[in-house]
Amino acid sequence: MLQRLLSDNFIPSADAGVGALAVSGLSVAYHQRLVLRDITWTAPAHGLVAIVGPNGAGKSTFLKAVLGLVPALTGNIEIYGRPLKRQRALIGYVPQRESVDWDFPVSALDVVTMGRYGLIGWGRRITGKHRAAAMQALDRVGMADLAHRQIGQLSGGQQQRVFLARALAQEARLYFMDEPLAGVDAATEQTILAVLRELDAEGRTVICVHHDLQTVAETFDHVLMLNGELVAAGPVYEALTEDNLRRAYGQRASGLRLGPR
Amino acid sequence: MEMVGHNTLVVLLGATALGLAAGMVGCFMVLRRRALVSDALSHATLPGIVTAFLTGLALGIDGRSLPLLLAGAAISGVIAVLTIQAIKRWTRLTEDAAIGAVLSVFFGAGVVLLSVVQELPAANAAGLKGFIFGQTAAMRSGEAMGLGALALVAAALIWLFFKEFRLLAFDEGFARAAGWPTGRIDLALMALVTLVTVVGLQTVGLVLIIALLITPAATARFWTDDLAAMLIIAGGVGAVSGGVGALLSSRFADLPAGAIIVLVATSLFFISLIIAPSRGLLGRSLRRARLRRALLARGITG
Repeated sequence: MLQRLLSDNFIPSADAGVGALAVSGLSVAYHQRLVLRDITWTAPAHGLVAIVGPNGAGKSTFLKAVLGLVPALTGNIEIYGRPLKRQRALIGYVPQRESVDWDFPVSALDVVTMGRYGLIGWGRRITGKHRAAAMQALDRVGMADLAHRQIGQLSGGQQQRVFLARALAQEARLYFMDEPLAGVDAATEQTILAVLRELDAEGRTVICVHHDLQTVAETFDHVLMLNGELVAAGPVYEALTEDNLRRAYGQRASGLRLGPR
Repeated sequence: MEMVGHNTLVVLLGATALGLAAGMVGCFMVLRRRALVSDALSHATLPGIVTAFLTGLALGIDGRSLPLLLAGAAISGVIAVLTIQAIKRWTRLTEDAAIGAVLSVFFGAGVVLLSVVQELPAANAAGLKGFIFGQTAAMRSGEAMGLGALALVAAALIWLFFKEFRLLAFDEGFARAAGWPTGRIDLALMALVTLVTVVGLQTVGLVLIIALLITPAATARFWTDDLAAMLIIAGGVGAVSGGVGALLSSRFADLPAGAIIVLVATSLFFISLIIAPSRGLLGRSLRRARLRRALLARGITG
């Protein structure tokens, strides 16, 4: 609680016209190689946003740079009109599943409880209230009965749901998810998509790196199309054109069908 | 069994406390895959110790003053860790290459400095070699109390910041995205490791202190899937290793305590490797055999 109050988070009212996330002039380089060049983009205040692009387009890098996890060469990031630093408590994050060691000695519930740590605060004990909130988040992704299992004994889809539950436990306003649907089973995919729609209905924003072009139109409202630089951005049916796809993916995309028109 | 003398008791308690602290702190090094960084840290203390001795000599202080030597050890150890991080960050070398380079350069420099010091006519460098393999038998009660204080500090810090340390060790990216000052939490952990290493130098020696950090943690992992339990078990394994090792080496006067302590810890590791119920080799092969029999009984032979 304390951390929330101190950080003085600020969410403008919906009609103020301020995007959930405003990125200006963002460039990122790994060593001497430029991965992202001069991205300027404002995410809508509501809705589900997909970040699409070919392999190596810098989708994950974009997410990490926005969150301050990789250093940006240039650029400025604002969350609800204020610097990222002051708005951390409004952010929820689902990293790629491969980014952690699943043999780590923690249970599913332990991991989800980590989403509450920001609300609990420095050096304070984890109380029953927060454990109950974590349990509720696990229940929301259909994992309550596996709460006490060591995370290495879960399937890939179940691990992904644990990560989503941890983000839900953060009670964030703006979510960043890095390929939450990559390599998951059908049941998990349905659960995750349902949660995404719930988050949307609750008025939260979800920005999601997404690999599957076929399903973008079914689930997401907006897209940000990257290929090292910004190719297109906007409502799905405006931005996801054959022309833009060819610019992002090259000839490979020309045969893609883009769902109902 | 005859009575344990006062000196032996001091050594016993000191080594037990050191093992407790090293076992707990080592868990985070193992889980963060920092085992080799701690090894570089401990080896890199040698040039610091010798330089501190020379500085003391030049300033006219007794070069064997323990606080001076340990300060030197800490400084060069920290410089080594910072060098590894700088190499990792600014070059394309991988971490293991950086660790290998830094460890050998620092340790090599230390060995050269040490042999130079031993040639100096004015210097009485007899005690310095003890830092390499440890010399538990010479422990004074003040030093044992220092080790006890170290164990208390380590346990208290880990209890207080258990959730922060666990978060950092499991998922640093998530912690940073959520606004936790991961750099500072990491610094606190590295400070704890440095403290354990430097304070433990005299007891176990800089070559073997790594084993006391890593082996109890690796042993504990066999017995539990819960971090809190792992910390307690690792602390216990470290304490028992320290205590039993110190006792054995005091009985057989020629045995170096550091080596015996490490061998006791290693024995516990091997026992766990074999008999630990869920992760041990025996349990695993029994379960596999049972599964195979069950499958065959059901006629699923492939």
